[in-house]
Amino acid sequence: MNDIVISASGLRKSFPLSRGLIERISRQPALAVHALNDVSFALYRGETLGIVGESGCGKSTLARCLVRLHELDHGEIHFEGRDIAALAGSARRAFNRRVQMIFQDPYSSLNPRMTVRAILTEALSVHAMRAAAEIPARIAELLDLVRLPQDAADRYPHAFSGGQRQRIGIARALAVEPEVLVADELVSALDLSVQAQVVNLLLDLQQRLDLTVVFVAHDLRLVRHISHRVAVMYLGKIVEIGPSESLFTASQHPYTRALLAAAPELDPSKRSRKIAAKGELPSPIHPPTGCLFNTRCPYAFERCFTERPQLSDRSANHQAACHLTHFDEKDSVK
Amino acid sequence: MSVAVSRRAAIPRPLIFGGVILAASLILAIFPALFAPYDPNAFDYAALLQAPSGTHLMGTDNFGRDVLSRVIHAYTIDMQIAIFATVFPFLIGTVIGALVGYIGGFAETLFGRVVDAVITFPFLVLVIAIVSILGPGLMNMYIAVGVVGWVFYARIIAAEVKVQKRLDYADAGRAMGYTHLRIIFRHLLPNAITPAVVYWMTDMALAILLGSSLGYLGLGAQPPAAEWGVQIADGKNFMATAWWISVFPGLAIVLTGLGFSLTGDGLAEVLRTKK
Repeated sequence: MNDIVISASGLRKSFPLSRGLIERISRQPALAVHALNDVSFALYRGETLGIVGESGCGKSTLARCLVRLHELDHGEIHFEGRDIAALAGSARRAFNRRVQMIFQDPYSSLNPRMTVRAILTEALSVHAMRAAAEIPARIAELLDLVRLPQDAADRYPHAFSGGQRQRIGIARALAVEPEVLVADELVSALDLSVQAQVVNLLLDLQQRLDLTVVFVAHDLRLVRHISHRVAVMYLGKIVEIGPSESLFTASQHPYTRALLAAAPELDPSKRSRKIAAKGELPSPIHPPTGCLFNTRCPYAFERCFTERPQLSDRSANHQAACHLTHFDEKDSVK
Repeated sequence: MSVAVSRRAAIPRPLIFGGVILAASLILAIFPALFAPYDPNAFDYAALLQAPSGTHLMGTDNFGRDVLSRVIHAYTIDMQIAIFATVFPFLIGTVIGALVGYIGGFAETLFGRVVDAVITFPFLVLVIAIVSILGPGLMNMYIAVGVVGWVFYARIIAAEVKVQKRLDYADAGRAMGYTHLRIIFRHLLPNAITPAVVYWMTDMALAILLGSSLGYLGLGAQPPAAEWGVQIADGKNFMATAWWISVFPGLAIVLTGLGFSLTGDGLAEVLRTKK
C-alpha cells in the first residue's frame, strides 16, 4: 500500500468571474471563485480514497484536475512521478488511458447519438486496445463485466435507466483498461436501491481489476462503506485526511465533526440536538482569512482568524488542519 | 450521421407530404423532356397569348411558347438553384460554426463581429451588390449567396456546439484523450446539426425565391432560359390580359417552397434527440 500512484501538491484553481463594462472601466479587481486552495495529498496504488464535502467545496474541480480536464493555476499533480501538466501527444494519451473518469450525470455523460457499441468501439480503437476483429468479443466481455445484457450493445443511451447508463459509463472507462478510476459523484443522481448496485459493482471491479479509485461524494455513509482513506474538503482545502475508520470514529477537525453530527442518525437515542456548525458556507469568491472554517466553527479563537492552519499529523496516516488537537464540549467558545 | 430513430415511430405527416412534393420536383428537374408537351423555347406565332385550354394546359406567352412546358423545364434550373445556392453555405457554415463554438473566446468575438457586419445589410441587397460586381449569371449568384449565406448556418451551429461542449459527454471524450477534431465532428456536431438541417430546408425554399427575384431583376438566369422568376418578369406586362404567364410559375414556386418547408418540419421531428 505504499506505492504512490498520484501525488498532488499545492493545487490551486480559480475560475474568474466575467466582469461587466462598468466594473472594467472603474478598475475593480477581477473576482474569481477559488475552487481549490492549496490541496495536497497522495494516492496509493490499490486503495479507494473517498473525497467528501458540501456542494461547492471543490471536490468535483479536484476530480477534473486529476484527469486534466482543468489546467491548474498553481501546484503539480504527478502520476507515477511525472508532472501531468507537462505531458503532450502520445504521453498525454497514455495518461488519459491509464487515469479514467466516471461522470456524475448519467443523462449527459453519454453521447445520445451513439449506440453503446459505437461508444465502446471508439474507446477501444482510438487507444488500439484490441485488433478490429477482436472488438466485438471485447464489447461482449465489457457488458458482462458491468452486468448489462448483451442486447444492450446496439441501443442508444435513451433506452436505458440512470443506473444502467452509469454502468455504460463504467464500461467505457474500463474499456481502456485504466489503473486509476476517478468517480465523480458516481451515484448521487440515482435512486437509493440502484446506488447500492452500482457501488457494489464498482467495489467488485476494483478487486477483480486491481484498480485505484478516487471516490468523490457527499454521502458520508457511502464513503465510509467503500473507502480505505477519506479526505474531507471545505472551501477548496483538505481539512482532514486519514484512514476511514479513524476519521469517522475519532475525527480531528471541527468541520468533520460537524458533518458527522449533521448526518441523519437512524437510532433516535443517538440523535443529538446540538448544532455542530452554524451559518452558511462562506462565498468561495471571498474566502475568510485565517482558518477557512472560522466563520462557522464553534471552537474558533483569536489565532483562527489570523493564521491558516496547515495539515499536521494526529496519528498514523491521519492529518488534520486545525489549531486545536482536543475537542471537549466545554472548550466550545460560542 | 447516425440518427436515433426508434424503429416503430411513424414518419411524421409533413415529411411524407414534403417528401412527395420534393421527389416529384426532382424527377421533373432531371427529366423535364419526358413531361413537357412542347419545346419550351419554340415560338409559335400562330398561338400568341392563348388562354389555358386543352392544347395548352397553362396557355401560351407573348411568343407563343407553351407555359406548362416552360414551368416544367424551369424545375431544372430552380432545383439546381435550391441545392447549389445552399449546400456550400451549409457545409462551410457548419465547419466554421463548429470550430467557433468549440474554441470560443477570441474566435467567437471575431465571428460575432462578422455576423454583425453581414446581418446589418439586407440579405437581398448584399447579394444584388455582389452579383452586379461579378456580373449576372447563375454561377456568380451561387458565389454571392455563398459569401453571405454561410454566416447564418455558422451562427446556428456555433450556438448549438457551445451548449453541447459543456455537457459531460464532451468532457468524457477529452478524458479519453480523443483529439479535438474527433470531439467536434464525431461527438458534438451530430448533436448540434439538427437546427441547421431544418434551416437548410427553409433556406432552399428561400433560395428559389431569391433565384426567381434575381431572375426577375435580370441578374440570375438569363432569358430565354426557362426559369420561374424570368417567366414572371416576362409576363408582368400582360398581367391584365394574360395572367397565366406569371401566375403558373408563381404557383410552382409556392408548391416547391411548401415542399421544402414541410420536409424541414418533418425532419425536425425525426432528428429530435431522445433524452
